[in-house]
Amino acid sequence: MWTLLSNPHRFLAFSRLAVPIAYALGTIIFAASLYRGLWQVPPDELQGGDIIRGMFIHVPSAWLCMGLYVGLAGASFVWFVWRHELADVAARAIAPIGAAYTLLCLVTGSIWGKPTWGTWWLWDDPRIMSVLVLFFLFIGYIALRSALETRQRAARAGAILAMVGILNVPIIKFSVDIWASLHQGPSVIRAEGPAMAAIYLTPLLFSFLGQIFIVSAMILTLMRAEIFTQQADRLMAQRLGGQ
Amino acid sequence: MRPAPIYHAFRQALVEAWAGGAGLLLPVGFFGGTAILVPFSLGDSSALLATAGPGVLWLALALSSLVTLERVFQADLQDGALDLWVQEDHLISLIAAVKILAHFLVSGLPLVLLTPLVGMMFQIPAETTVTAMAVYGLGGVSFFLWGGVAAALSASVARAGLLIAVIALPFYLPTMIFGSLAIQENGAGTSDLFLLASTLFALGVAPPFMGAALRLAAD
Repeated sequence: MWTLLSNPHRFLAFSRLAVPIAYALGTIIFAASLYRGLWQVPPDELQGGDIIRGMFIHVPSAWLCMGLYVGLAGASFVWFVWRHELADVAARAIAPIGAAYTLLCLVTGSIWGKPTWGTWWLWDDPRIMSVLVLFFLFIGYIALRSALETRQRAARAGAILAMVGILNVPIIKFSVDIWASLHQGPSVIRAEGPAMAAIYLTPLLFSFLGQIFIVSAMILTLMRAEIFTQQADRLMAQRLGGQ
Repeated sequence: MRPAPIYHAFRQALVEAWAGGAGLLLPVGFFGGTAILVPFSLGDSSALLATAGPGVLWLALALSSLVTLERVFQADLQDGALDLWVQEDHLISLIAAVKILAHFLVSGLPLVLLTPLVGMMFQIPAETTVTAMAVYGLGGVSFFLWGGVAAALSASVARAGLLIAVIALPFYLPTMIFGSLAIQENGAGTSDLFLLASTLFALGVAPPFMGAALRLAAD
């Protein structure tokens, strides 16, 4: 399937159908899970009460932003090794969405942290630090790409950076965990219990599923826009060349 | 692979930095200037300075590694040396590693040697100063290597200083953490070993990626 889709024309035909379907499915699933999570699920009596409803946005965003970085590195690797143009188009599309999702994760985490931990921000929580570093990895990737002149250079440099980044992610994670384990901060009291009740878990997983669809649709939309831009550039060049 | 170009690249990097004058003075001046500003920003309480001092110097070392990185590969790109180096397989990675090492010797090591002096001014205890110097020396290599990857990636970008900083800083984090913990533990913990491990990792991983990035710049 992947080799089939690496042809831009087939990709355009596929994504033309896939984008509206993914948007529709994602919106329905996400909206349903939010309705269930925000209104129907009882407030959590043990920890924080109504604040648990933030989980249905915050936790999927945390999973997604990590997944998106892996996706960015994977697409970069595919482009670097096999030079499938679409892989670079994908990497380019993933970066801003990943940056937005890390930001969403940090902001919703802060909003959740204020009532549960009593503070907006903690330097010794490993999860906050990992997501923050992830945010800067995305920002660095975007900054590098936009600084380089030609698309080919931007693609190569971006691919190298994304691959170095993914190699470093385990070390960053490890160092941040060590950092946190030496500080006896309030992060020990976590908002989520050890085993989550099914009544919370089901809407959470559906919210995740819905957001996967929405994110995929957004990536495909950006990829389509990029392909069309390239086609337009080519047409413009041909016209300027007098053909 | 001939060792001659590697040796010459190393020598040239050293000579350029010495001959340029400002090449050596710039990071030292930056480090010293940062250190001088610290008591004025934090207050001159000696207890505070002694606690905060090693961390502040650690930060100053990380930042001063970024100050001069912009120039490391750009000159080679402009005078065409890079085009010659990429002709041979693997040569460029080794040359990049050697150049970064030379760069560390010129603009990182002086800061390590300056540490006792600044440490005395900050009234950092002598035994902490010794640990701090070892940490600065080891971690500095790692800073310069990751910074070198960022510098190689942006070798073809004019005025890349801030770009290099934005790209490199996330990679500095593990070294930063292991180093500051190692100074706090003062030999009693395992963070110094983690620092060593992460520096060795950087030594193994950064050069091939620098090589790949420089190949791109030479194209």
